[in-house]
Amino acid sequence: MTEKTFAQAMFDALSISMEQDPTISVFGASSFVLGRGLPPADEKAFIAKYTTRLLDPPVSENVLASVGVGSATAGLRPFINFGTSSFAFEAHNQIVNEAGNARYMSGGQLKVPLVYHMFHGIRGIGGAQHSQSPQSMYANCPGLEVVLPATPADAKGLMRTAIRSDNPTLFITHTKLLATKGEVPDGDYAIPFAKGEVKRAGKDVTIVAMSLMVLEALKAADQLKALGIDAEVVDPRTVVPFDAKVVIDSVKKTGRLVILEEASLVCSVASEIAAIVAEQAFEALKGPIIRVGRPHVPMPYSPSLEAFCTPDAAKLVDAVRKLLKK
Amino acid sequence: MARAKAVKSQKAVPNKAAGSPLALYRTMATIRAFEETVQRLFLGGHIPGLVHLYMGQEAVAAGVIAELAQTDFIGSHHRGHGHCVAKGGDLDKLFAELLGKRAGYGLGRGGSMHIFDPANGNLGTTGIVGGSVPLAAGAALTAKLRKTGQVAVSFFGDGVLNQGIMFEAMNMAAIWQLPVLFVCENNGFGEFTSIDDVTAGKDIADRGKAFAIPSEHVDGMDVLAVQKAARTAVARARDGKGPSFLICSTWRFSGHHVGDKQDYKEDAETKAWRKRDPIAQLARKLVAKKQATQKQLDAIADEAKSAVTKAAEAARKLESPTPADLMEHLYAE
Repeated sequence: MTEKTFAQAMFDALSISMEQDPTISVFGASSFVLGRGLPPADEKAFIAKYTTRLLDPPVSENVLASVGVGSATAGLRPFINFGTSSFAFEAHNQIVNEAGNARYMSGGQLKVPLVYHMFHGIRGIGGAQHSQSPQSMYANCPGLEVVLPATPADAKGLMRTAIRSDNPTLFITHTKLLATKGEVPDGDYAIPFAKGEVKRAGKDVTIVAMSLMVLEALKAADQLKALGIDAEVVDPRTVVPFDAKVVIDSVKKTGRLVILEEASLVCSVASEIAAIVAEQAFEALKGPIIRVGRPHVPMPYSPSLEAFCTPDAAKLVDAVRKLLKK
Repeated sequence: MARAKAVKSQKAVPNKAAGSPLALYRTMATIRAFEETVQRLFLGGHIPGLVHLYMGQEAVAAGVIAELAQTDFIGSHHRGHGHCVAKGGDLDKLFAELLGKRAGYGLGRGGSMHIFDPANGNLGTTGIVGGSVPLAAGAALTAKLRKTGQVAVSFFGDGVLNQGIMFEAMNMAAIWQLPVLFVCENNGFGEFTSIDDVTAGKDIADRGKAFAIPSEHVDGMDVLAVQKAARTAVARARDGKGPSFLICSTWRFSGHHVGDKQDYKEDAETKAWRKRDPIAQLARKLVAKKQATQKQLDAIADEAKSAVTKAAEAARKLESPTPADLMEHLYAE
């Protein structure tokens, strides 16, 4: 184990993958690699080593996404970096209609082993067009895998699996996580998809969160502890495929479920988790399922309004106290 | 970080027999017979959904694909049966797919607009206008980075000329010098709308020239002219000299789809184009040059018809997929 930032951990996974498999190429390399907190010498050495496999495409997300599909079906394993997830909306047709559908429509003849990486979330004064959290939109489209790591170790392990996957995988990270630090396993390390993790054990209430919201949930759990509430924090880590068992097992133990999500709650991942638990573990519930998320508005620019709209530990604590009447 | 560097490709030689005038005739006759049969099956209620027929445009698929090796890539469009046949598609599997049968190329999940035959380099027909343009560019990128010597061809209709992705793909193909051919099949209509009503500029070729892509008009009713233009463009791509843009003027003998009344077409115009039927035109040339007798050509057409009829009849008897198969191949293991 070595302490690393989230960004370094992702880079680790990419580096190990590229070393092992010459078919992996990075499209959008500059924006993924440069200025992400890597030691400058490592960054330089990486770029020098993989010059021909680090491509800088024009700002043409639409064609980039689909050139990725074409190159993947022809034998490459592209890692495609969009930067901010809003930009990937330019490529929505390509991701949904081409990447997601190709294997199924072809009766399994085609495979599309590619990764689309993008930053989601409220990064701070990004306004409506740089604060999106599109995970539920992608989860709604069959054929895609959707991954949202929360810790440096998860970032490394899940990225390794994403790159090795023969399916198109949306690897969605939060800019505010990039500089966070944690212990990361050395060497080659992979975490399977659909394997959630209990980030903190507790008995009174289950809090489900992903990505940056896991950190807020852990903060909230500390504050709740001081109030005599023992919260369990569950991170499913992948939306598609989804580990329903880790959530349901926890709810069966605690009897209460609060879901924290940074996106708007309308047709959100939180909504889906609530539905799964309501359908499969209704008898275990001692009270209503509560969702905490952003209001259903385009994210406003003004700091005062942005703060109001941003889901965080304080809002989660309020929701849990209300549910437990404490 | 680097742009993809120009790479000298290995030579991949197309099958010469596939490009002989008689082979071109056979390919076109097979496509024609295939489409006539599809039309009959559709009108008989045996094909669900919509079908878009390629009759009249056979010279484009036959002429271009004759210059490709089996391992070269093509991406097709919604009017794509002709490309599938020309690229070596199995008639049984093609009809099975059109009829939604389990034995089809896509196990009956794709249908007419989603036929994939990667074993023959066919990246698929598509229901998205312009869908195959970036897919072919992507396959060309793989060929270039992996130095395989393959080339890729995107076939698309004139409707794609007004899709932004075509420009994005041309730009990318030009800066990275990708071994790709952009082949526009200009049949005069995007669905039911004349190209003249929706397409600005004096010359479509200017759109390729804006990216410094060699761009050329070709008589898309003359299979030998198409083949000649494709030969030059394919050689350019294989030599690492980048993309080409071919605009093949052609005519859709059928409507946008079977059932379209085509009252937006002028009768005189249709008659004039009919006189230039690519199959009859080649037949006249071959007979005049004594490269074939009419009897020989008729025999080829008869063989094509009987192969197609046999495949279509067999497909009707095949089993449909069942809900037990529904989730199969949604994800790779």
